[in-house]
Amino acid sequence: MKKLLLGNAAVARGAYEAGVRVVSSYPGTPSTEITESIVQYPEIFVEWAPNEKVAAEVVIGSSVAGGRAMSCCKHVGLNVMADPVFTVSYIGANAGLVFCVADDPGMHSSQNEQDSRHYAKASKTLMLEPSDSSECKEFTKRAFELSEKFDVPVFIRLSTRVSHSQSLVELEDREEIELKPYEKNIAKNVMMPANAVKRHVLVEKRNLELIEFAENTDLNCIENNNGKIGVITSGICDMYAHEALGDKVNYLKLGMVYPLPEKKIKDFAAMCDKVYVIEELDPFIEEHCKAIGVQVIGKDVFTMLGEYTPSMIKKAVLGEESAESISADEAIPVRPPVMCAGCPHRGTFYVLKKLGLTVSGDIGCYTLGAAAPLQSVDTTICMGASVSAAHGMAKARGDEFNKKLVSVIGDSTFIHSGITGLIDIVYNKGINTVIILDNSITGMTGHQDNPTTGKTIRGEATKQVDLVRLCQAVGIDYVTVADPFDVKNFEKVVKEEINRQAPSVIIAQRPCALLKTVKYKGHCVITDACKKCKMCMKLGCPAISLEGDAVRIDTTQCNGCGLCTNVCPFGAIKKED
Amino acid sequence: MSTFNIMIVGVGGQGTLLASRILGNAVISEGYDVKVSEVHGMSQRGGSVVTYVKFGDKVYSPIVDKGEADIILAFELLEAYRALPYLKKGGKMIINDQQINPMPVITGAAQYPQNIKEKLSQVCDITVVDALSMAEKAGNIKAVNVVLIGVMAKNTDIPYETWTDTIKTTVPEKFLEVNLKAFDLGYNSKQ
Ligand SMILES: Cc1ncc(C[n+]2csc(CCOP(=O)(O)OP(=O)(O)O)c2C)c(N)n1
Repeated sequence: MKKLLLGNAAVARGAYEAGVRVVSSYPGTPSTEITESIVQYPEIFVEWAPNEKVAAEVVIGSSVAGGRAMSCCKHVGLNVMADPVFTVSYIGANAGLVFCVADDPGMHSSQNEQDSRHYAKASKTLMLEPSDSSECKEFTKRAFELSEKFDVPVFIRLSTRVSHSQSLVELEDREEIELKPYEKNIAKNVMMPANAVKRHVLVEKRNLELIEFAENTDLNCIENNNGKIGVITSGICDMYAHEALGDKVNYLKLGMVYPLPEKKIKDFAAMCDKVYVIEELDPFIEEHCKAIGVQVIGKDVFTMLGEYTPSMIKKAVLGEESAESISADEAIPVRPPVMCAGCPHRGTFYVLKKLGLTVSGDIGCYTLGAAAPLQSVDTTICMGASVSAAHGMAKARGDEFNKKLVSVIGDSTFIHSGITGLIDIVYNKGINTVIILDNSITGMTGHQDNPTTGKTIRGEATKQVDLVRLCQAVGIDYVTVADPFDVKNFEKVVKEEINRQAPSVIIAQRPCALLKTVKYKGHCVITDACKKCKMCMKLGCPAISLEGDAVRIDTTQCNGCGLCTNVCPFGAIKKED
Repeated sequence: MSTFNIMIVGVGGQGTLLASRILGNAVISEGYDVKVSEVHGMSQRGGSVVTYVKFGDKVYSPIVDKGEADIILAFELLEAYRALPYLKKGGKMIINDQQINPMPVITGAAQYPQNIKEKLSQVCDITVVDALSMAEKAGNIKAVNVVLIGVMAKNTDIPYETWTDTIKTTVPEKFLEVNLKAFDLGYNSKQ
């Protein structure tokens, strides 16, 4: 049966058919739906881990113990899992071990545009790159076979357009794979220097075997159209190139992007007068070609920035212009993402902005607190950095600066890697104030449960991390829970805590407005009492805008959360059913 | 060998994703190769969202380039205007007559362009529908997406039943009635 599947869902299907037993991941766009799709397969144990490092270790454990396992993350998630990944390269895989990583060229939802192929090279593992959903499924199954055959962890590299495009996939049955025997093997599984020294020798040997495999595998295929021009591609770029260039050129499509073949590339180049490498982001394949002495054209005509398109390729390779198009002859305002109507974070940032505080920010929906009109957030680096970076800021600039400084961090992000920063503050005598934005869910990535929500990925009830007691346990004596929509009280609490000569935590508690359990009713309206002071406009609520000089609330957008009624100094905003 | 290219544009949260999924599944039941490119993540939070549905004998790229969309289905006026460069010469725009102010307009940093419909009608073939009222009539303002699918369906050769069968398999049971009604209102609206 053929089915229309998202690339991510197809990876999940591949894992299912390959008899995978354990999947552990931390969400991250564009990888999240892989793990979410696993939920439909009761045969597989699946979980959201607190962070990518934990997830990687869980699946490594499963592999060592004999069960096929997979962990999925976004490109920056791979930075977090890098530590176990580099060493498990030495240990290898008892049962098939796969890490699926999704890059985000164009940064649709990311804080950087890193190219994860470098990790495969740096860790001396193996990396496959599918170009559509059908290959997503097939390559995932191949990844497990290769992992066991070569005793190597295997990466599957996706990119946003592969992860988030649907195409047809042929579904097959699950193969029930027996557990591999578990045997204690200290020389292979205990990576202390004496053992690791010996394993490194095997890693280098394995890498040569993988290169040999890359020369012969059908994952790397040549399509000879008797053209003068040759194109080397992989992943989504192969699709773009085929659309742009059709059968006018010859192709070498690399389904395996690390290690890369040598002879195959040379043979291909010998067939053509001129060879282009078409790859988004870094010149990874291009540099390999140049290193083995094959002259190719790559980043001198293609950009390292953002996503490619077929028309871009057509122009660069064939010199043909793209289709004619009409455009408006005036500036069209951009529409950046915003905090939703009813978002609990809006109350928090309204207060922080009003108090003029420096805000050490983090990653989540609340990063949008940096956007106009709130523009409250000062820094965003990576998950967890709000807490630790604020500690550094305070140590560099002193207590006076610290009195105007807070960290903001979401519940999921706090568990991911904020708690370690908080321990650092307590241990090293910081007096920072950390605001945990507890909206009862992992919001930005589309509503995943996490250890603070009391539910597993399958929606089963489980123990819930008690944030208050957790903070107290690491040594925070002042933990206050406050509702960010009660702006008066929230302001009072923030003022108190930033002036305290001790570290403190404020838990801003109010659930995400998009949660099904949140039922705001009716909507808000501006009454005649409005004095046009425009205080409510400072909230940056998408439902409130100016019409002429009158404020208007768009009832199709307003969900009746009532935050604006709390900030209006004249009580001129009323709720209606 | 060329494909039929549909581009769906709107504002994050308007349900463009479901619309593209219904479209994609209706198209495969007619035996075409198809690719649907979706948007997940950040821009779903009220930003501009773009999805593509391409079908034909064989589809390679999941994205639609400038000047290549046969139909643009726009859930919002400004987004329709923004998508104009993607329309193929002789292509058609189906536009929901709704204005949602983006933040730069709300903060006063930019102006919402005036008379978008008139400007568009001068340069391309447009159909404007009030999908919001139709969705309301069907019983839920969130069904705007399915109303628009209805309008768009009328512009294809795919039979009515294929669409309703697809809706039955893509939409959760409890919203089915509203959505079938919304589809019908869109399908039978004056164009
Ligand atoms: C290392 C890493 N992993 C994953 C992500 C993707 N990501 C961005 S925000 C976010 C979750 C934020 O959830 P939470 O902290 O609860 O805040 P909310 O969005 O709910 O406000 C995730 C998983 C990332 N940016 N970096």
